[in-house]
Amino acid sequence: MTDIYLDNNATTKVDPAVVDVMIPYFLEQYGNPSSIHKFADGVARGLKQARQQVQALIGAEHDSEIIFTSCGTESNSTAILSAIKAQPNKKEIITTMVEHPAILSLCDYLEKEGYTIHRMPVDKAGRLNVESYKKLLSDQVAIVSVMWANNETGTIFPVAEMAEMANAAGVMFHTDAVQAVGKIPMMLQDTKIDMLSLSGHKLHAPKGIGVLYLRRGTRYRPLLRGGHQERGRRAGTENSASIVGLGKACELALEHIEYENTKVKAMRDRLERGITEEIPHCFVTGDMYNRLPNTTDIAFEYIEGESILMLLNKAGIAASSGSACTSGSLEPSHVMRAMDIPYTAAHGTIRFSFSRYNTMHEVDEVLKVMPGIVATLRKLSPYWSGDGPVANPEQAFAPTYS
Amino acid sequence: MWDYSDKVKEHFFNPKNAGAVVDANATGEVGSISCGDALRLTLKVDDESEVILEAGFQTFGCGSAIASSSVLTEIIKGMTLDEALKVTNQDIADHLEGLPPEKMHCSVMGREALQAAIANYRGEEWKDDHEEGALICKCFAIDAVMIEEMVWANKLRTVEDVTNFTKAGGGCAACHEDIEAILEKVLAEKGEKFDPTAAPVAAPEKVAAVKAPLTNLQRIKKIEEVLESLRPALMADGGDVELVEVIGNTAYVNMTGACNGCQMAAMTIAGIQQRLMEVMGEFIKVVPASEMAKLVNIEVA
Repeated sequence: MTDIYLDNNATTKVDPAVVDVMIPYFLEQYGNPSSIHKFADGVARGLKQARQQVQALIGAEHDSEIIFTSCGTESNSTAILSAIKAQPNKKEIITTMVEHPAILSLCDYLEKEGYTIHRMPVDKAGRLNVESYKKLLSDQVAIVSVMWANNETGTIFPVAEMAEMANAAGVMFHTDAVQAVGKIPMMLQDTKIDMLSLSGHKLHAPKGIGVLYLRRGTRYRPLLRGGHQERGRRAGTENSASIVGLGKACELALEHIEYENTKVKAMRDRLERGITEEIPHCFVTGDMYNRLPNTTDIAFEYIEGESILMLLNKAGIAASSGSACTSGSLEPSHVMRAMDIPYTAAHGTIRFSFSRYNTMHEVDEVLKVMPGIVATLRKLSPYWSGDGPVANPEQAFAPTYS
Repeated sequence: MWDYSDKVKEHFFNPKNAGAVVDANATGEVGSISCGDALRLTLKVDDESEVILEAGFQTFGCGSAIASSSVLTEIIKGMTLDEALKVTNQDIADHLEGLPPEKMHCSVMGREALQAAIANYRGEEWKDDHEEGALICKCFAIDAVMIEEMVWANKLRTVEDVTNFTKAGGGCAACHEDIEAILEKVLAEKGEKFDPTAAPVAAPEKVAAVKAPLTNLQRIKKIEEVLESLRPALMADGGDVELVEVIGNTAYVNMTGACNGCQMAAMTIAGIQQRLMEVMGEFIKVVPASEMAKLVNIEVA
């Protein structure tokens, strides 16, 4: 059996068509785009086309609103630091408890510098309370940063609506859309979103290329100053091969967006249904009725995620987990904690994330091995006895903290 | 993914002694469900000889937690309780051919489950006495709680102090920002302000590194010198160390005072070993003197 890759929210395979368009920029058109000679005379055209391809995927009004960066994290940092530098009198930031570390770590750091960070909580299904968000908006807020879709559960936040509310209050709005771009249709020109981050490697472009969408007229301060690249908004010689690759990947993503929301979704749904029907004591986390079509995050109670991943890996299946052990931290994923998922389940969460390269056959293969893997580990678990959890699991096994 | 040794994988994929021992007469339950690792160890102990006849584990945890539990049961089967009490977490890690620094706590958990089970058999109460913090220094596996305690106990003020007393930050130096954050926090609690340029406090005496190959006599002298320089830090914790014997590249030491039986002893020994190797520029193995007879016999055989 060939290996099955279901970890597409972590990163994706580069589409061969993307690799094809990139190669000439390594071997022929390798000149610096700023140079005036034949090694560079096609690069500017390539970059322009890529900019338009990105523009088309996210529905930006102008191609000059696309700024190429090195990754999603750089785009996120640029957006937030720009907002606070451009508005030095505003000392508050609104975000959520379930953002990616690219936002949360930066906010933690800014908090030490004296900023007030409002981290909005979520309910048990991972949803925000839009009413309490409204109350946080004020002229003291420099920027709102809310992810479009959550990387772990796929839960989608109402960013268009929240951007309208921010705009009405005169507050800048940024969204980390790294997981959402290419999976759900978007038309930024019809929204009040001021800034958006996306990352190439999540949509079959290479790693090391990202985009910051910057709405025309949004007050902006660059993170990197230097040359005139990206109209002076992001200095540094253009990563031309990757930019052209990202352009192609965006074109392909746009072509496949319906496929993503029908065929890919059908694979996800079948896997999810199969697992939850076959395996006792497991449940889907997040907002099942409002999430990315490619993602399911399932909590297997009374066992630990890294162990599950190791057995899956042995069976040739790649996925990821929200357990503490997979990251070497002392707590399970902050997303699971924010949703108040109990520890005995949070450590056993497994995220399966699909792409257009997956097949129904692969889903069936996973369904064949998953029940056995869970049963094997439950046999080792102090919370499990025979066919089910022990009575009153939390009381029956109460270890001394060590 | 973690770089697990083949031994860890072997014990994870084919765990030994999984499940509870039927008619067990000793049970130890340790771990933390918030951290995602917990273990129940059950033993059947012969009441006459105190020999562990059977050992079984039930573990909620990651690959290395399951592997540590499995190898622990293999190590202790056939031992008397007194022998089993001498098993250190380093022994568990060694049997697994090493664990990543982030996973050393899995071996600690194994050792603690064993102590808890033996205490349970003997009708004693077992108390855990260490708190685990976030891992700060990955080179030497030092966590935040340990650094905080050392900063409090020894009135440390700079990153250099922390490195001198705990080894944290003495390797790749990537954790210096985190160490500064701990210093800032603790010093603020004490009403002081962190100053990166402050003069280091009573740094343990530095021993000059040697370049040329050593004679045995020189080696012993140098080892003594290094141990002497490390003693103030150990004594601050109520412990001490003495050199018992040097055979080839192996130094046998006695951890005394509070170090004796402390679960950090294995880590301290690893720290001493690291310091010795840095100064002497050659491989030195530091072993508790309690293991001397056993190892010498092996060498003779």
